Amino acid sequence: MASDLNKQNDFVSWKELEEGCKIYGGGGSKNFNTGEWRVDCPVWLADKCKQCLICTPVCPDSSIPVVDGKRTDFDYDHCKGCGICAKACPFGAIVMKGAED
Amino acid sequence: MSKALEIRWHGRGGQGAKTAALLLADVTFNTGKYIQGFPEYGPERMGAPITAYNRISDEPIRVHSNIYYPDYVVVVDETLLESVDVTKGLKKDGAIVINSTRDKEELRPLLKGYEGRIYTIDARKVSIAALGKYFPNTPMLAAIVKVCGIMPEDKFLAEMEASFKHKFASKPEVVAGNMKALTMALEEVR
Amino acid sequence: MSIRERLSGNEAVSIAIRQINPDVFPAFPITPSTEIPQYFSSYVANGLVDTIFIPVESEHSSMSAAIGAEAAGARSLTATSSCGLAFMWEELYIAASDRLPLALALVCRALSGPININCDHSDAMGARDAGWIQIFAEDNQEAYDNFVQAYRIAEHPSVRLPIMVCQDGFITSHAVQNIELLEDDKVKNFVGQYEPEHYMLKKSEPMAVGAYGTPAFYMEAKKAQLTALQNAKQVALDVAKEFAAISGREYGLFEEYKTEDADFIMVIIGSAAGTAKDAVDALREKGVKAGVLKIRLFRPFPAEEIAAAIKNAKVVACMDRTESFNGHNGPLGADVRTALFDVEKAPKVLNYVYGLGGRDVTVESLTSVFEDMQTVAETGELGETYRYLSVRE
Repeated sequence: MASDLNKQNDFVSWKELEEGCKIYGGGGSKNFNTGEWRVDCPVWLADKCKQCLICTPVCPDSSIPVVDGKRTDFDYDHCKGCGICAKACPFGAIVMKGAED
Repeated sequence: MSKALEIRWHGRGGQGAKTAALLLADVTFNTGKYIQGFPEYGPERMGAPITAYNRISDEPIRVHSNIYYPDYVVVVDETLLESVDVTKGLKKDGAIVINSTRDKEELRPLLKGYEGRIYTIDARKVSIAALGKYFPNTPMLAAIVKVCGIMPEDKFLAEMEASFKHKFASKPEVVAGNMKALTMALEEVR
Repeated sequence: MSIRERLSGNEAVSIAIRQINPDVFPAFPITPSTEIPQYFSSYVANGLVDTIFIPVESEHSSMSAAIGAEAAGARSLTATSSCGLAFMWEELYIAASDRLPLALALVCRALSGPININCDHSDAMGARDAGWIQIFAEDNQEAYDNFVQAYRIAEHPSVRLPIMVCQDGFITSHAVQNIELLEDDKVKNFVGQYEPEHYMLKKSEPMAVGAYGTPAFYMEAKKAQLTALQNAKQVALDVAKEFAAISGREYGLFEEYKTEDADFIMVIIGSAAGTAKDAVDALREKGVKAGVLKIRLFRPFPAEEIAAAIKNAKVVACMDRTESFNGHNGPLGADVRTALFDVEKAPKVLNYVYGLGGRDVTVESLTSVFEDMQTVAETGELGETYRYLSVRE
């Protein structure tokens, strides 16, 4: 049985906490929207993109989805706005914009 | 409180006093006794004086201390008489068995006023004759079994033969020599 | 029919491990526990077990590997002593907080310094707050029996905590004594197959072990861990009952030797308890109502049960085979005294440090403790309550 992460939260009692704080069932991080932490925001300029896919593996949060061998737009639910992808892109196809922009 | 027969072994690291104590524990265990066999606990250093102990009893043994008032003392190396107080605490009606070529009355002055029985055996002679090498512990084991009378000699020899056959299963030629050492030692101790 | 044998404590524990046939045994040698992995590696080489034996480069690694193996779903264990246990320090806490029921054969030895290889309980006592179940043996028989029972306690669903099976270095580990072994299949059936509900190699259920616990979770995690440890008390009793059925040997949380009507009770752990029983018998012959309470389960500490067992004594002496440097009492002394604090008309309590670094413990030295207790009862004067036994002034 996968852990119910809606219950393993800041309000969980010691009796309901999973034994040894273990988490059962994979992929739990999908439910955790780290995108809320983002201050600066990467923007993908599709017309400049050569689909070299250098950006995808350097993303620490797996927030550049690849479909049928081609990257698509950012997963903003999980992108923390670290800007590594923008630094890595050789073609200026990713630009960082401030939160206010 | 302990009703156990208590034996203290004095030897030097590498001479097999600990092994002899464990063999004595083995052989008396096989006669249905409760036994303890243990070395003086510490780092093993070749040539350094070491002590090992046996308790043998008809009742379970609970005490876990060293032995301070032994019934018998075995001295595997004669040179220890000068550096170690081997008769310390030795009971008057007990006995000491010393590996020596010397006469027992010649040894008595070295025993710090000890007045009890002394037995000697030339374990080097026995070992060289039987095994061609100097392993004093086998003759000393036979000597103490004879002196303390813990079991009949034939029973002792039978048990030891079985034990040697088990221990030296891969080199059976050693068994005969060790048995010879035991038989000779039973004769030679005096 | 049990098997009559004569074995050292280390041999006995090695045989118990062979009979259990665990999955993974990472080890690094240290005196006086070295013989356990040494004997066991010969069982591995001779094909008597199918355990994976991993020689590692340190105790830090042996405990880490045992933790990893246990989390993966393997029944695992290791053995150590003294500085080896100290080098496992952080892993001990991880094994317990990750709720991994692995076993550790601890052969108790003094911690340095001065450097010393002989027996005292400073290693085990230093680890008493790590969250492990700690169980102690008086002799080779108890070391064997405790090990056979260990996984049943540790792996119980209401517990799932690591267990430290302790015996006294050299005094029992290297002394050959009579022992009764159980047949291999009896042990195998008693211990049973390890079938964890969750484990990392389970294909159908990925899992995370060792997640970060923020302040929002940490205290709940500790409370849950403590509850599991407390559960070990009842489980240890239940397992002991089942063990008695196959062995005829009975175990409790502690052993009471002539304590029922005793005026003077010594509370003690390990091999010296046997020596204390001989002292008690001699004192009883002289009409002194002496008794011994020997601790078997030290963590969790059976405080209420101990208080009930000793509350009617006039004087109690707690024997600590370690120096804990609080200047007032040792770990056992502190625990027993606390247990008695709420008891009406509690007995007076003396606390002795004894047997450090292999200092020999004799019937005479322990008798002197009973004499001290009598003096306290006669004069009503407690005097210094934290004392050293058999130390040269």
